[in-house]
Amino acid sequence: MKSFRDTCELLGYELTLLGGTIVRLPHLWRRRSATLDQLFTIGVSVVHVVLFVGLFTGMILTLQTGVALSEFGQQDQIGTIVALSMAREMGPFITGIILAATAGSALAAELGTMKVSDELAALEILSVDRTDYLVLPRIVALAIACPLLAVLCDTIGVMGGALVASSQLGVETQLYFDSAVEALKTPGAFLSLPKDVYTGLFKAFVFGVIIATIACSCGIRARGGALGVGEATRRAVRDSIIFIIVANYFLTYLFYSAV
Amino acid sequence: MDATTRTATEPSVEPADRSASGDAVIRFENVVKVLGGRRVLDGLNFEVPRGETLVIMGPSGTGKSVTLRHIVGLMQPDEGRVVVDGSDMSTIKKKELAELRKRTGYLFQDGALINWLNVGENVALPLRENTRASDDEIHQRVVEKLELVRLPDIWDKMPGELSGGMRKRVGLARALVTDPQIVLYDEPNAGLDPETSNTINTLMRDLADRLDITSVVVTHLVSCVRTVADRVILLDGGGVVVDLPKDEFLSSDNERLRRFLGQDPD
Repeated sequence: MKSFRDTCELLGYELTLLGGTIVRLPHLWRRRSATLDQLFTIGVSVVHVVLFVGLFTGMILTLQTGVALSEFGQQDQIGTIVALSMAREMGPFITGIILAATAGSALAAELGTMKVSDELAALEILSVDRTDYLVLPRIVALAIACPLLAVLCDTIGVMGGALVASSQLGVETQLYFDSAVEALKTPGAFLSLPKDVYTGLFKAFVFGVIIATIACSCGIRARGGALGVGEATRRAVRDSIIFIIVANYFLTYLFYSAV
Repeated sequence: MDATTRTATEPSVEPADRSASGDAVIRFENVVKVLGGRRVLDGLNFEVPRGETLVIMGPSGTGKSVTLRHIVGLMQPDEGRVVVDGSDMSTIKKKELAELRKRTGYLFQDGALINWLNVGENVALPLRENTRASDDEIHQRVVEKLELVRLPDIWDKMPGELSGGMRKRVGLARALVTDPQIVLYDEPNAGLDPETSNTINTLMRDLADRLDITSVVVTHLVSCVRTVADRVILLDGGGVVVDLPKDEFLSSDNERLRRFLGQDPD
């Protein structure tokens, strides 16, 4: 019962924090330096992981589907399947999970440490708005970083697929890329942009906001010294992954269920 | 039992007569605070007149830091009232609280410096966030406060490069940069060697004398009381058990006080 109440309290706090951040968006120009610092830190710390995981995801996807398609002589469609899977689902999802485990945990630990070492209390006493000073730059940075990294993940995944398709399934590289590009040309309702690309980017944006909001909330609410910081970090990663998966389902339903 | 000494069995006490004036900057009225099922503060009463330096002593876990946190609104009483500069901290509006905090400095046990800002940026933080002062003005005021705490040449150092004493002094410079009327010190000597501890004590006394600041100091050290205090209260059992001017406090034969100070009551 206590755990349920804690969860409801945290959820309420997360929504309040997100609402407070949205209200403070006009202050973003004032926080541009901190936001760019965060963006740079997040980007540098995870870009190699995203590239590595994205590459192998594309390769695995190609191998799995390629073998099955070869049985029906349809291996020419591999480029289509890999491009759509990466853009719609795998790119944003993998990027979100990586960011939750790296940037999200680091963020929760950083703010948690600030909490238990009285730095957050010091900011409060100095009349420094911590949502404005700490949370706004972090949420905006992750909301920007996640789509950018998802694009990298999509691209490297499609390239990894090309490697496997040409070397192990005998599909010509040009044919693979042609089918991949063609698959992503389907226009959507939004500015005639390719739907599969912008829905993927929108998902990544939402995942970035989810990760940062949960990590900031868990960090700010940390209690009880090093143990509390550890608990906040663990909770931030766990909750982020759960919320990413749930949000992923609803976003997919929103964009594709009527098709 | 004289008018200003009480026993632990009487936690709810009236404020000392000498300080029950209309000029009290800080007033605790029957404050109760329950933490983890324990009544940490149990009917706490005391006042701090303007310009006075009050030292709060007491065994660990008797709510000294909790008392300080009530003064700046980091905690709210479960019962009773805390009145600071005429404002009831339970009902104070957010904007008024922010204004009150701008007039209040708070030195945390470890300085609580923001670890990604250098010393200069840490001290400048409240000015940058809450005022429209120009970069030159801010620079001038930060330099002035760093000189005041006798650390003139460490602007570019990061908090991780500072010793415990230096971190506290930088924390003090940050607390003073807005020229507060009230300064609260939470264990300013904890973890410091005697020499650095004396430097901090002298600094606190100088500031109180030169800037006419109302101060509340939480400490375990008699040396701090000797240098800094105008008046001393001893907390125990959730309330004030001794409330005396410094000289009387140091020479008192109150049994509870002597036991706390590690002196044989006999």
